[in-house]
Amino acid sequence: MGLSEQPAEHLPVASSPPGGVLGAGTPTFLTTRLDFVVNWARRNSLWPMPFGTACCAIEMMAAAASNFDLARFGMERMSFSPRQADVLICAGRVPYKLAPVLRRIWDQMPQPKWAVSMGACASSGGVFDVYSMVQGIDTIIPVDVYVPGCPPRPEGLIYGLMMIQEKIRQERLSEHGTLRAEDPAEVARARADAEEVLALSGPFGNSTRQNRVSGPTGSDASDRPDDRIP
Amino acid sequence: MIRPDRHGKSASATVEALRAAFPDAVVRDLVQSGDQQVVYIDPGRNAEVLDWLRTDPGERFNLLVDVTAVDYGDGRPLEVVYQLWSIPHRRALRVKCELPLSHLAIASVTALWSAADWLEREVYDLFGIEFRGHPDLRRILMPENYAEGHPLRKDFPLRGRFSRAEQTRRALSQDMEQYYMPEEMEGRGAPQIVPADESPTSAPGSKGR
Repeated sequence: MGLSEQPAEHLPVASSPPGGVLGAGTPTFLTTRLDFVVNWARRNSLWPMPFGTACCAIEMMAAAASNFDLARFGMERMSFSPRQADVLICAGRVPYKLAPVLRRIWDQMPQPKWAVSMGACASSGGVFDVYSMVQGIDTIIPVDVYVPGCPPRPEGLIYGLMMIQEKIRQERLSEHGTLRAEDPAEVARARADAEEVLALSGPFGNSTRQNRVSGPTGSDASDRPDDRIP
Repeated sequence: MIRPDRHGKSASATVEALRAAFPDAVVRDLVQSGDQQVVYIDPGRNAEVLDWLRTDPGERFNLLVDVTAVDYGDGRPLEVVYQLWSIPHRRALRVKCELPLSHLAIASVTALWSAADWLEREVYDLFGIEFRGHPDLRRILMPENYAEGHPLRKDFPLRGRFSRAEQTRRALSQDMEQYYMPEEMEGRGAPQIVPADESPTSAPGSKGR
């Protein structure tokens, strides 16, 4: 981009046809908003970090393959290293044992970064309202777009990624620090506070109408101290 | 009626031989699912009975397919299940031990089948059964810092004992570097577990079979 008014023959496009691409004697620069140019570049070169843990990952692979072709949107390459990725696609259920892994991968991604929660399990725990499963990855990392479905079709994922693009299009650099800054002291801690996380698990029961304190006998940790690992 | 194997011997004959060898260790036996021979044995003598089944020339149950456990609830005893397969005789046998809830401990069979190592860790993790003599009895599926008990017990509430907030807090406070032992990360000990008759005998470079 020519930001200074130099003669055309001194510019790198000197090999263009005589008279310049815009015609003889025309200035070789354009004016625009910085927000627009930065957002245009960012939203058309998003590299996804696939975090596929279950059947949603199959649909994510289909979305990346030639029929649906995520490369049309500038997502030329699934970045299997979080350090070269822009958007985290969490596709599938996340057990508590995997929660710190997901959190660390998110922390390893450079700013600016976005997250897509793909499918019912990643968004809410889905049918897995059980002891071992994270009830929505938004308790672990910030999520920009939730894609519903079990699993979503590739069109659904593509629509979600286009919503990310639309979100990027409307971002403003002047607000970027407040939107994206993450306190390093908050790293590896739950994003949602205790009340918010607690609200995710109740008051709904599942098909067997169990809740946390049900069971044939008293099942609190205080009732059965021998169940505790020292 | 259990179909006899190619030597004309059925798993029922195994139970008869077992009764003859250990008259007071066999509790009872039954046939399930058409042709699955099940035998209940004394949990205090599981190691010697299983060793006999593994080494006796007429049985040779040398493949331990699975070790698992069943909790039927209502205070009934937990059952430890050993699913055996005899590769030479092509015969299956299911051996069960009943453990009262007040005494959830049984001898480990890792000395008989190395395959029992992780299987017994899984049973310990999910049912809380202690395998005495196990070389490395740690949790294997649940996180190391899991303190809510053993999830596959019938008296375990479906959503766990802690609140979701506490579960999330504990999950994120895990030290991921502790997932593996240093020996596992460096692959140490791997050459020793290769049986002697399968380890490469020729010098590197000369094996061009």
